[in-house]
Amino acid sequence: MSSVAHSLFRLFRGAPAAEADVRAEAPRISRRSSGLHEFTRALAGQQELRILDLGMTSPINIGHFTELGHKVYTEDVLSASGDHSMVMATENGKPMYDVPRFLAENLVFEKELFDAVLCWDIPDYMPEAFVKPMVERFHSVMKPGAILLAYFHTRDAGPDAPSYRYHVVGQDMLELHAGARFRLQRVFNNRHIENLFRDFASLKFFLARDNVREVLVVR
Amino acid sequence: MDAPKPFDNYKTDVAHIGKSVLVKGELSGSEDLYLDGEVEGNIQLRDHSLIVGPHGRVRANIQARDVVVHGKVDGNIRGTERVELKKSAVLVGDISTQRIIVEDGAFFKGAVDIQKETSKPEGKREMAMAAAASFSPAASGSATSGTSTSSAQGSVVDKKS
Repeated sequence: MSSVAHSLFRLFRGAPAAEADVRAEAPRISRRSSGLHEFTRALAGQQELRILDLGMTSPINIGHFTELGHKVYTEDVLSASGDHSMVMATENGKPMYDVPRFLAENLVFEKELFDAVLCWDIPDYMPEAFVKPMVERFHSVMKPGAILLAYFHTRDAGPDAPSYRYHVVGQDMLELHAGARFRLQRVFNNRHIENLFRDFASLKFFLARDNVREVLVVR
Repeated sequence: MDAPKPFDNYKTDVAHIGKSVLVKGELSGSEDLYLDGEVEGNIQLRDHSLIVGPHGRVRANIQARDVVVHGKVDGNIRGTERVELKKSAVLVGDISTQRIIVEDGAFFKGAVDIQKETSKPEGKREMAMAAAASFSPAASGSATSGTSTSSAQGSVVDKKS
């Protein structure tokens, strides 16, 4: 699996998860999202769904989904993946990550629990070793027919594309909050994304103007 | 005259567990509690409030009317009326409550289950969320509490449905 994973990724930087500057007073940017619109439509009219938000703790997202009558789970897997203790050793200058430990400590839920997952752009910023195992874990904790929203940068975004926290402020509106300390690790093209989610039922792509592809994945 | 220290008012109004105190086992009571020490076990305050101070370290399930967390909690929180996570809070566990307030910068790993109010006949559900305008490094997942003084609360949404 490792060789397959290696072929999927193109690293922008030699040192994964290198830290960028923390922007203490970063502005918030409003952004329309077709993927979020589809995500919202899929959940419409339903209550007491289980929604997993994988970004940094967002009070706005918790408020938004609990107000709709859903149960929200929040887990900051990107920060967990950047924990230095996850690096077991360094080989030829490249860090070797403790994937079993990562999976033992994160995304630990009962099977087929979630109706929806907000993955945001976490795979773009996460060390390569964790990405495929994380997506496999998504598959096991999502119900059949459950949806996942993910964002992937295109090559044109460049290696310094800032990482954001994503706050849901409307049916198709996001508030992007810069200031997170992660660097883009790679770009996925459409084929890479299809391979990454090949165990899932379907994928729908939305190309945005800000060099981001939005993908709605159905389990 | 010296300026009053933070939390000094709690010392006179509520029971106080100082930061050098370690409690192992079940902690229960029928008065409000300010906890700045360490507790391992279980906390039951029923119809009273618990404030976990900035030095508070709790490895326990908590049941109280109102729960305000400034420090670290590893366990589930059931606040029958309200749970509030301050920006320095680090919570690993699930929250079950009628009303939740989360300041931006708080670290939270777990589930939020909003319980419908049973005392009001019209069944109105009130929920408030606090969000700060600025980024706080506490949200980065570090095990240490965030102490960014720049993370002032920027907006408060108080919604009634």
